[in-house]
Amino acid sequence: MDNIAGKKPALIWATHLSVALLVFLWLFPTVGLFVSSFRTADQISGSGWWKALFPQVQNTMIRTAAPETQQQIDGKYVIAGNLFAEEGDKPGTISVWGTSSRAIDAYKAGETADLGEDGLLTVEENGDYRLVGETQYSGSRGERVFLTARTPPSFTLENYRTVLFSGKATDKMGKAFINTFTVTIPATVIPILIAAFAAYALAWMDFRGRAFLIAVIVGLLVVPLQLALIPLLSFHGAVVEWFVDLMGTPDPANARRFLTVGSLGQMLGFAPGDTINSKGYLGVWAAHTGFGLPLAIYLLRNYMVGLPKDIIENARVDGATDFQIFTKIILPLSFPALASFAIFQFLWTWNDLLVALVFLIDSSGETTVMTRQIVELLGTRGGNWEILATAAFVSISVPLAVFFFMQKYLVRGLLAGSVK
Amino acid sequence: MHPAFQGLLTIAIGVGACIGYFYFSNIILDKVIFPARGPHAGRNINRANLVRPWLFLLPGLLALGLYLAYPVVETLRLSLTDRDLGGAYVGLENYRKMSNDPKFWEAMRNNAFWLLVVPAMSTGFGLLVAQLTDRIRWGSIAKSLIFMPMAISFVGAAVIWKLVYDARPLGTEQIGILNAIYLGLGGAEPINWLTLPFWNNFFLMVVLIWIQTGFAMVILSAALRGVPEETIEAAIVDGANPFQIFFRIKVPQIMGTIVVVWTTITITVLKIFDIVFAMTNGQWETQVLANYMYDQLFRARDWGVGSAAAMVIMLLVTPILVWNVYNARKEMK
Repeated sequence: MDNIAGKKPALIWATHLSVALLVFLWLFPTVGLFVSSFRTADQISGSGWWKALFPQVQNTMIRTAAPETQQQIDGKYVIAGNLFAEEGDKPGTISVWGTSSRAIDAYKAGETADLGEDGLLTVEENGDYRLVGETQYSGSRGERVFLTARTPPSFTLENYRTVLFSGKATDKMGKAFINTFTVTIPATVIPILIAAFAAYALAWMDFRGRAFLIAVIVGLLVVPLQLALIPLLSFHGAVVEWFVDLMGTPDPANARRFLTVGSLGQMLGFAPGDTINSKGYLGVWAAHTGFGLPLAIYLLRNYMVGLPKDIIENARVDGATDFQIFTKIILPLSFPALASFAIFQFLWTWNDLLVALVFLIDSSGETTVMTRQIVELLGTRGGNWEILATAAFVSISVPLAVFFFMQKYLVRGLLAGSVK
Repeated sequence: MHPAFQGLLTIAIGVGACIGYFYFSNIILDKVIFPARGPHAGRNINRANLVRPWLFLLPGLLALGLYLAYPVVETLRLSLTDRDLGGAYVGLENYRKMSNDPKFWEAMRNNAFWLLVVPAMSTGFGLLVAQLTDRIRWGSIAKSLIFMPMAISFVGAAVIWKLVYDARPLGTEQIGILNAIYLGLGGAEPINWLTLPFWNNFFLMVVLIWIQTGFAMVILSAALRGVPEETIEAAIVDGANPFQIFFRIKVPQIMGTIVVVWTTITITVLKIFDIVFAMTNGQWETQVLANYMYDQLFRARDWGVGSAAAMVIMLLVTPILVWNVYNARKEMK
């Protein structure tokens, strides 16, 4: 009964059409990347991806089989076969063909060309050909045939094989994929626990300064992490220097290199001359934990405050300690909020570029992550669309899977997380 | 040690340490420091309960303090010092240097355009989609598809849109849809959209609008559902047409949510880095503040000016920060 408008057919049609148009606009760019990742480099530069879904007219050059396959039939020398099969191409439909690059449309399908001393060549619509000559053919290569053929859509998985498994130094995507997981999982799990305890204290424990702390956390929600880059980079460096000093004696030339190693350091596997890098997984995990905490605490606190008061008070009356109430009652009940935050943090750490650039990736490039690899590909090989599209799609496929399976929690988290 | 294994170990150690810390610190508090027995049992319980909240809060507060609060102060200090002079105090010298840099003003100008365009367009499109999908049967599928770019990284989005904006020389097939359409409509020659000064900023903004519309839509859609039916029915009885119902009845009632969405996207825009970094890297007059700061910090290696640029971002965020805190406090009372 919402609106009478709902009963005007014209308006209903307009609504349906405009929603369809918007969805189409929003989807179109992503589909382009998806389709491109299944095309070869030639296909991508040969035609727009939107044409790839339909049969295409293409000009190609294909050689007939080599002279060694010739057979003698009725005193004549014959080479026969199918042009598409020669190159392993998908079958197509030939409209016109030729034997010289200057006249690629000299003959129609089914016609016979007189090649002079090379004999007569007939090419059928489906690619079958027959080359008949009076004299024996010699040489190692077949006759050139220029085709204008309509080929059905064809796609390949080759790009994915190259990107994920080739192991070439330039295509470090497989490694980056694992590295990205290595960054995200601890960076998602660790803040949850820390935040859950803090959120419980802020929601259900009474103490002075609670309102102030909540206000501080709301404030920290919007502090740009750009501010944290240099101070924390210096801080991580200081921690490394302190650690080296603790485990042995530092090299005077480089405070992060061991001159000698104490017995505890040796037990941990350090040797004199080892340098500890201030960039690395530990640093990036810590940074993501710190940056994710305000949202985590805020989300979880808002959720926990809404849990029924009776349960908690009954548990208190029955003699449960705060620790027991938290682990046995609050944590299980807060599962939806925990899931919401976990998804947020996962998406954010997976998609992050800046934090990884600053805290993780060193000059060796061993710890590179996918976002960084893609930026690299964009810069150095902007023309290699097949690799770029595939790499990008590999990188966005994991968040997309998470998104479609866990959308419910994501939406819930968004609704709870936006400051009202 | 393989990093993946190291990661698992870190999870185990991290989670174990967390649980261990909370468990044992509570035990020590209850059994050793303030035992709930003996002559002062009652007083001890009260004291333990005074301390306990801080046990629960300690790890979180330490991490927050170290990774967010301390850097704000430290960046402010760094912006007043010079690294080449061994960190000597130089007053506002870095800010003066920055204000003489035309690239900084270019970044400020571009950020201003981003701030004007992106939140408005994202919120507008979000509201439009939320309203249109409200009553149609396949609305939830439509919403889910428009929401999808939220899951895509800025870098992934940059690749997706670079393909859209791709330009090939005249005479060859265009593989970027925008140029294909442009030539199809009678354009003279393909345009390199990302190197077109001034307008290229807007082509970059499109990417962020594309991502943020889903966010705005989800929140506004929930808000629209919350508009009381009676107000709408009353309007219908009074003869309001659908547009009047939308603009005069629904929008005013969800104004608060619209402001929230607007400010949230504004903050994202102020911090925008990845899209510009991946697509143009600030060339062709597309510089923005966060990328300018990154350039100063890690390419020019000038920590003073870099920190000064970071402080400018902080300064721009501050009004929203204050507003959020003010609202949160009001709500708690």
